[in-house]
Amino acid sequence: MLEKAFVGGRKYWIWMAFLLGVIGLGFIMYLWQWRYGLGLTGMGRDVSWGFYIAQFTYLVGVAASGVMVVLPCYIHNYKPFAKVTILGEFLAVAAVTMCLMFILVDLGRVDRLLNMILHPTPNSILFWDMVVLNVYLFLNIFIGWVALSAERKDVPPPHWIKPFIYISIPWAFSIHTVTAFLYAGLPGRHFWLTAIMAARFLASAFCSGPALLIVFCLIVRKVTKFDPGKDQIRTLGGIVAYAMILNVFFFLLELFTAFYSQIPGHMHSFIYLFRGLEGHARLVPWMWTFVVFAVAALVLLIVPATRRKLDTLLVGCVCVIIATWIDKGLGLVIGGFTPNPLGKVVEYWPTGPEFLISLGVWATGVLILTALYKIAISVREEAGIYKA
Amino acid sequence: MAFDRRKFLKVSGLSVLGVWAKSAADALAGEKPGFGITEKLLHLFRKPVGFASADALTAKKWAMVIKVRNCPTDCHACIDACDYVHNIPDAEKMPSPRHEIKWIWQDEYKHAFPDQQHEYVEERLKKLPFLLLCNHCDNPPCVRVCPTKATFKREDGIVMMDQHRCIGCRFCMAACPYGSRSFNWVDPRPYIEKQYPEYPIRVRGVVEKCTFCAERLAIGKIPACVEACQNEAKKHGREPALVFGDLEDPESEVRKLLRSHYAIRRKPELGTGPQIYYIV
Repeated sequence: MLEKAFVGGRKYWIWMAFLLGVIGLGFIMYLWQWRYGLGLTGMGRDVSWGFYIAQFTYLVGVAASGVMVVLPCYIHNYKPFAKVTILGEFLAVAAVTMCLMFILVDLGRVDRLLNMILHPTPNSILFWDMVVLNVYLFLNIFIGWVALSAERKDVPPPHWIKPFIYISIPWAFSIHTVTAFLYAGLPGRHFWLTAIMAARFLASAFCSGPALLIVFCLIVRKVTKFDPGKDQIRTLGGIVAYAMILNVFFFLLELFTAFYSQIPGHMHSFIYLFRGLEGHARLVPWMWTFVVFAVAALVLLIVPATRRKLDTLLVGCVCVIIATWIDKGLGLVIGGFTPNPLGKVVEYWPTGPEFLISLGVWATGVLILTALYKIAISVREEAGIYKA
Repeated sequence: MAFDRRKFLKVSGLSVLGVWAKSAADALAGEKPGFGITEKLLHLFRKPVGFASADALTAKKWAMVIKVRNCPTDCHACIDACDYVHNIPDAEKMPSPRHEIKWIWQDEYKHAFPDQQHEYVEERLKKLPFLLLCNHCDNPPCVRVCPTKATFKREDGIVMMDQHRCIGCRFCMAACPYGSRSFNWVDPRPYIEKQYPEYPIRVRGVVEKCTFCAERLAIGKIPACVEACQNEAKKHGREPALVFGDLEDPESEVRKLLRSHYAIRRKPELGTGPQIYYIV
């Protein structure tokens, strides 16, 4: 089936060439970082994780969200989703690949990566994160491929694939729970030291991931002959609405605990993010953008009329994507490091090369996603099953 | 018959195996002549003896007491000594203050003890320099999070760092509530003022921190900062500010000081069990 990724129209190749160009630029920047060191980025002794780890965290959420189409389909027997599970699984493959790449570009000594396996350390959450992410990647490639091969031959998927599908459901929850534990178990980082972190991560994952999936479904609907189905997209819209409500609710719970208790350590990061601390306010405009988009998303998703209409649902989903990306892809990591353990504010902002390396990783993910979606859709167009 | 594919694969496979075996044997044999594979393999099963010599300083639990009153603001003897014997790059020469490497450094009371800061704090405290370094925690979060055991706690309480195993993930820096860990954001070599050949210079991409001078304890010397403090105090006829010793020995100087003075530790509420005590 892989050969289907290598045949395509002019537009397909222009798009792929563009992505390859971005990847190439990112790779050149990475070589520079490799020679010079991570000093090429905006990180430093106070904000020691930055854009890379933040993107990683956001994308773990996107990866986990594949479960939101698999779960209704297999546990609740909601059969219309059978058409879109493959899109969810392949989105997870692309997202986990990006996650792993963001970890790699963040390592100071990537050449010693195998020390993670040569000296396995079960008390380190990073060890478990490596395990769950790699297994999740395998599960999604495997399940997606087996299901699609069966579809191509016009036969039902083999029965032995079922256990893998059932395992993949709790596994999706595990990847984001373990990723939350990377942060939630650190003493002295009050912003992260919260029991609700894993729940918040899951809520934000289950709105941002399906929102992305809706956008991709609408794109697929427009540019190919394959129609994921209006009902399916609307059901996904409902999932996004619930998850976004939970996500914002959990965030408000954090605000209550911090500001009603008035414990300085719990308030400082929030103050830094939303008002600025000691004259440092770089993230303030971003965080208020987050608020605006989160509110807009809630309105568009809660009002039934705008949720059911595909155009307004699309706008709502884009609002969710922007809001959750700012929350997790910027605020969470930078906010957790500010102020530093000595109570000082040192600001962080990614540098040009750091941004281009990140863009290169994103482009790799989009390239993988395009190729996988191309394969899936070609198989379906060929079979002629879901022709519009 | 010509050199067909089957034969080619056989020969190339064997040559790869041969090269690998040779390099593996070389690696096992080590650089010392006469220390062959057998000895090396046997060595793997022996209890590690380390490199401690007969006159090594040992303890059940190393700790440090800092008598802040005895620490003059303008004295940097301990910091300079540490920076020199550990090849710490000069912060001012580095491309950015973000990249600074710190093992032991001075900061104000309000930053050393941010939770105990108040508006009307004693004038004297405001001016006193507080020496900050790795706390060699009893229950170190950095060790808990390290995915490769590159940072580990020794039986004598020292939290050590293996800079040859560190993969540079910086999880330990996120976990340390004292900001005591530094990462080599750039190659430190060009910024080292005067190289000290007896201690390795780090490569870029690894984390480092104070090790209570484990390399000096092993040859019977006290930590460089403590030695420098004692020398400087003697020169000026005053009491040294830094005291180093075994917390499990009731007769050690650190225990005597803690028995007779009120001492505070940084962020004790986090349960890390810091082993640096401040007498203010």
